[in-house]
Amino acid sequence: MMRERSQSQYALEIRDLAVEYRTIEWTARALNGLDLSIEKGKTLGLVGETGAGKTTAGLSIMGLIPNPPGRIASGSILLEGEELLTKTEREYRKIRGKKVSMIFQDPMSSLNPVLTIEDQLTEVIETHEHLSNRECRKKAEQMMELVGIPADRITEYPHQFSGGMKQRVVIAIALACTPALLIADEPTTALDVTIQAQVLETMKNLKNMYSMSMLMITHDLGIVADVCDSVSVIYAGRVVEHGSLEDVFDHTRHPYTIGLFNSLPNMKDRTAKLKPIKGLMPDPGNLPRGCTFAERCDYAQGMCREVYPEKIYRNKEHYVRCHLYLSKTIESEMWNR
Amino acid sequence: MNTNTLIEVRDLTKYFKTKKGMLHAVDHVSFSIGKGKTLGVVGESGCGKSTTGRAIIRLIEPDSGEVWFDGVDLLSLNQEEIRKKRTELQMIFQDPFSSLNPRKTISETIEEPMRLHNLVPDKKERQLKVARLMDTVGLARRLYNTYPHELDGGRRQRIGIARALSMNPKFVVCDEPVSALDVSIQAQILNLMKEVQEQLGLTYLFITHDLSVVYHFSDDIAVMYLGQIIEKAPSDELFARPMHPYTRALLSAIPVPSIHDRKERVIMKGELSSPINPGQVCRFASRCAYVFDRCTREAPLLQAKDNNHEVACFLYKGE
Amino acid sequence: MRDQYEKYSQYRLVVLRLRRNKGAVIGFIFLCLLVASAIFADFLFDYEAEVIAQNISQRLLHPSFQHPLGTDEFGRDLLARIVHGSRISLLVASLAIVLAVSFGGTLGAIAGFYGGLVDNVIMRITDVLLSIPMTMFAIVIVAALGASTRNLVLAIGAASVPIFARIVRGAVLTVRDVEYVEAARAIGAKNSTIIVHHILPNCLAPIIVQVTLRMASAIYNTAALSFLGMGVSPPSPEWGALLASGRNYIRNYSYLSVIPGVLIMLTILSLNMLGDGLRDALDPRLK
Repeated sequence: MMRERSQSQYALEIRDLAVEYRTIEWTARALNGLDLSIEKGKTLGLVGETGAGKTTAGLSIMGLIPNPPGRIASGSILLEGEELLTKTEREYRKIRGKKVSMIFQDPMSSLNPVLTIEDQLTEVIETHEHLSNRECRKKAEQMMELVGIPADRITEYPHQFSGGMKQRVVIAIALACTPALLIADEPTTALDVTIQAQVLETMKNLKNMYSMSMLMITHDLGIVADVCDSVSVIYAGRVVEHGSLEDVFDHTRHPYTIGLFNSLPNMKDRTAKLKPIKGLMPDPGNLPRGCTFAERCDYAQGMCREVYPEKIYRNKEHYVRCHLYLSKTIESEMWNR
Repeated sequence: MNTNTLIEVRDLTKYFKTKKGMLHAVDHVSFSIGKGKTLGVVGESGCGKSTTGRAIIRLIEPDSGEVWFDGVDLLSLNQEEIRKKRTELQMIFQDPFSSLNPRKTISETIEEPMRLHNLVPDKKERQLKVARLMDTVGLARRLYNTYPHELDGGRRQRIGIARALSMNPKFVVCDEPVSALDVSIQAQILNLMKEVQEQLGLTYLFITHDLSVVYHFSDDIAVMYLGQIIEKAPSDELFARPMHPYTRALLSAIPVPSIHDRKERVIMKGELSSPINPGQVCRFASRCAYVFDRCTREAPLLQAKDNNHEVACFLYKGE
Repeated sequence: MRDQYEKYSQYRLVVLRLRRNKGAVIGFIFLCLLVASAIFADFLFDYEAEVIAQNISQRLLHPSFQHPLGTDEFGRDLLARIVHGSRISLLVASLAIVLAVSFGGTLGAIAGFYGGLVDNVIMRITDVLLSIPMTMFAIVIVAALGASTRNLVLAIGAASVPIFARIVRGAVLTVRDVEYVEAARAIGAKNSTIIVHHILPNCLAPIIVQVTLRMASAIYNTAALSFLGMGVSPPSPEWGALLASGRNYIRNYSYLSVIPGVLIMLTILSLNMLGDGLRDALDPRLK
């Protein structure tokens, strides 16, 4: 069956995605109407805290939501214009590694300890590309060099590499077949900060070289500032603010995003007290009516607890879901951060 | 010893025997902390900061050195004496999920230290104290009989703090207390820890790998690398004028949550050298951009320069 | 995401998971009936009159309405004997296991906690004991001490000690280096306190599973020894003994052996299914 790939400017478009987890005791909505879009060749940072649904979003794109207990309730995911949610498992396997790849947080458990790096690298190449053994091996060695590891170490086992190097191997495997989209789920959280810097450099170089699109899932706003072009802030399964880097960092609008920035230690004034966000993220099995952030928000008013806010656009890309704003007032600064 | 100093550590050493040789986990570490102050210890994995913290309160037995606490060398006490001293030396652990016994309610966990040392023999009084501790750390009283698995990471960490405070300690070792928490919860817990410090006059040893947190939280900072302190200075001084090349690389690697003030990143080459049988050399030499001959033949000592700023590096002319 | 979904108490979750396992549920029901019959044995059948008293005129009657399971060679109602027999089987097996868990568990906890030489010595002794088949071991002890119910308990209990030592040692090893144990040490708890209050309560899962499985083998061994005449003394209606005495009549009155045999089998099967179900329900990875 021929599929017409539309000439979309977007590498990835997610519309109104809802994912739930069901067990005998409860049903939890991990994603509750998620909208996401990544332009070709750009990097989107998906920022949120534990339980917001970031990993679920990544897994949904890859078709890796464990079923049971999870299932995709509704929505659409378009990868380069192609709908993913209607694909069978067989069709999905052709896409994973080839058109979209994912790397995870813990490099220790992403690699099979009983196989050499060569085996694991060539596996993905052999699955998707029809090359001879020699060519596969050559390609694998190329990928190693690309991520900054000497190619002759290709015959070694994962335990012989340090954490940072393992993560770079994982990146090499993910990019071996030059996918259009790379999903990175907290790729540097488990690494030391100096190693993190090295790995992020590697990722940036590769992204530029391949003109690849990337979804960087993280809770660290510093990494977002370093690596991403645009930002989506996710809270309780939905995006509450989205915009370019400049939009979200310099013209922050949503109280949650502002709260996130305020929670960070002020590097200019040591003695300034931190301003945390009070309370906790709501239980995904028991989401409140209205705006899910209302109970933690200092500015919540009556309507906030009744109706979930619509998107209000500040410019072509920057939008926020918050009742504080009307289209007219959003341009003016509400707070000085 | 200065009367304003609560803890003075001298030449603390701990080696581990491995098949390949002696692993220098903590190598002649010395520092002192003033009463009511916070010393931050930073470093990356394998630098020995956690081992140092545990060795000071003898959760791990150090091989040699002295730890002077309130006029007594802790390392000279026997098992029973150190057990009694534990009321004054406490620890807050990193992982809120595994540092609490899942079979005990949170009140039982907070109460346990008092029961063990028979500090508050009357049961009702104990319960009252537990309730008050819960208030202090911000735990709702209705949670009195809940189990840890019913609560989130932030609340669990508060329980750990309440437990540490239950015996009115003087000194608390905090081993990465907020690393496992979300950013907004981190801020809550850090504020709590600061408040409690002011209220009770506590002295902290704050171990972390997170440089922005340590800057905010500590009065002084010691940077560790492969078992040694390579630089030590008051926080503002360290961040303003980092001396050691490693410190510089470390500070430049912190991701800054701002699209302005992008700084030049100092990339270190290579990987961590081995902590096994390191020999008498500068342990950072293999990765240093400024390395010269002396660095591979001698080990630099931690020496004071100015402004209370100590550094162990041949780049800086010492005595 | 982990802690946000743990709404219900751990025990309730375990029970729910167990309920879904059909085998475990059936096993559990059977065992409940068994325990009930053991407890109410005296109410159902008077010991003197029905279990021991011989009534030659009624001997060797096939199952009928009056005697649902028939009578044996002495005219005693088989159902009555079996119900009372359940009491013995369960009692012996339970006491033996209690013995085994106490001794074996203590040894295992000490070995696991202290490690080093203590661990080595205890484990090597257990290894030697484990290499002896349990039934042989029990036979040897009974042969040495003489056949009686008390010695039966001792024999089977002793034979199960090494297994529990192993299990508890393994469980202690997994818990020993966990942070809350370190925290207990940091607040100044003594080693004994740490073992009893912090480590052992968190080792219960594998111990519970093994208890059910070992009960099964204890019942088997009780029957086996009684069958060989080394267990309880007649006229005690222990099931193995019933099997033995029914041997001679197996051609025409097979029910005398078959029924006790089937019951032994069902009991062991139930315990095994329950044990397997418990093992699955308590598996921390499934949480």
